[in-house]
Amino acid sequence: MAWLDKAWVDTALETLTAFFLIAGALITFISSFGMVHLRDFYLRMHGPAKATTLGVGLILVACMFYFLLIERTFHIQLLLVTIFLLITAPISAHLLAKVALHQKLPSDISTTGAPSELREEDVGQEPDTPHPEDPGSGQRHSP
Amino acid sequence: MLIKRCLPRPILSSILTMVWIMLSDIITYGSVIMGIILGIAIPLMTQRFWDAQPVVKKPLLLLRFTLRVMLDILVANLEVAWLISRPWRRPRPAFIEYPLTLKRDFSITLLASTISLTPGTISANLRLDGRSLLIHVLDTDDEQAIIDEIYNRYERPLMEIYE
Repeated sequence: MAWLDKAWVDTALETLTAFFLIAGALITFISSFGMVHLRDFYLRMHGPAKATTLGVGLILVACMFYFLLIERTFHIQLLLVTIFLLITAPISAHLLAKVALHQKLPSDISTTGAPSELREEDVGQEPDTPHPEDPGSGQRHSP
Repeated sequence: MLIKRCLPRPILSSILTMVWIMLSDIITYGSVIMGIILGIAIPLMTQRFWDAQPVVKKPLLLLRFTLRVMLDILVANLEVAWLISRPWRRPRPAFIEYPLTLKRDFSITLLASTISLTPGTISANLRLDGRSLLIHVLDTDDEQAIIDEIYNRYERPLMEIYE
């Protein structure tokens, strides 16, 4: 790749590397900042979902430019990493959300909409009054 | 007949082979042969887990859909980043029931993944009857607008592509 050995190409590659690296770091920082100040689990889930897609994607693009600049080689694996992340990130976010719903984690007061998954159910709850034929309750402490 | 039995999923096999070759940096005879072996072995071993192979009816539309999702990931990411970086502004989160019109498992999975990938919305639960999807939205004041947007941008193209 002869056209790569020009001085202005080096400058351009350096600029691009720096740009993508800083942009990726900024996105990752903002999403971890969201982890700190967002109020409930469901809101905090949105932060990492962002860091894995755009943040890591930008850093990997920067990585690709860096190796193009230093070693004059093109690493296709970095693109593969992005694709794998794009495939796996939604599935892990979905599973986290499912578990949170299953455990009925409380959502912030400002949340609108009440899904049936978060409502209190009658099924499977402890009965208030003991069963009359249950030997373990009721008459046990009587003399 | 023998080819069909050894290669039940030709697309998956070729993708696996290509990914293996790409992973092993330089193309050598070894990596190509290993890629072909994996491309044949993995589909055979995982055969029982797979649903019926989806048929792509409109490949061009699929390409356009992929590009649109990529662009949406970028734009929505920046929107959410802008929202999070102003902590004094309280977000207005919401749980939304999204009525599904897609029928097949594969396209529903694709839709749910797309919704989760575009930040600001996460598909939280697929109801057991497969007719509605529970979505958590980071910031909205108009639920119907979100539902319409998902329907027009993602679900209708997916339906045209796969169903």
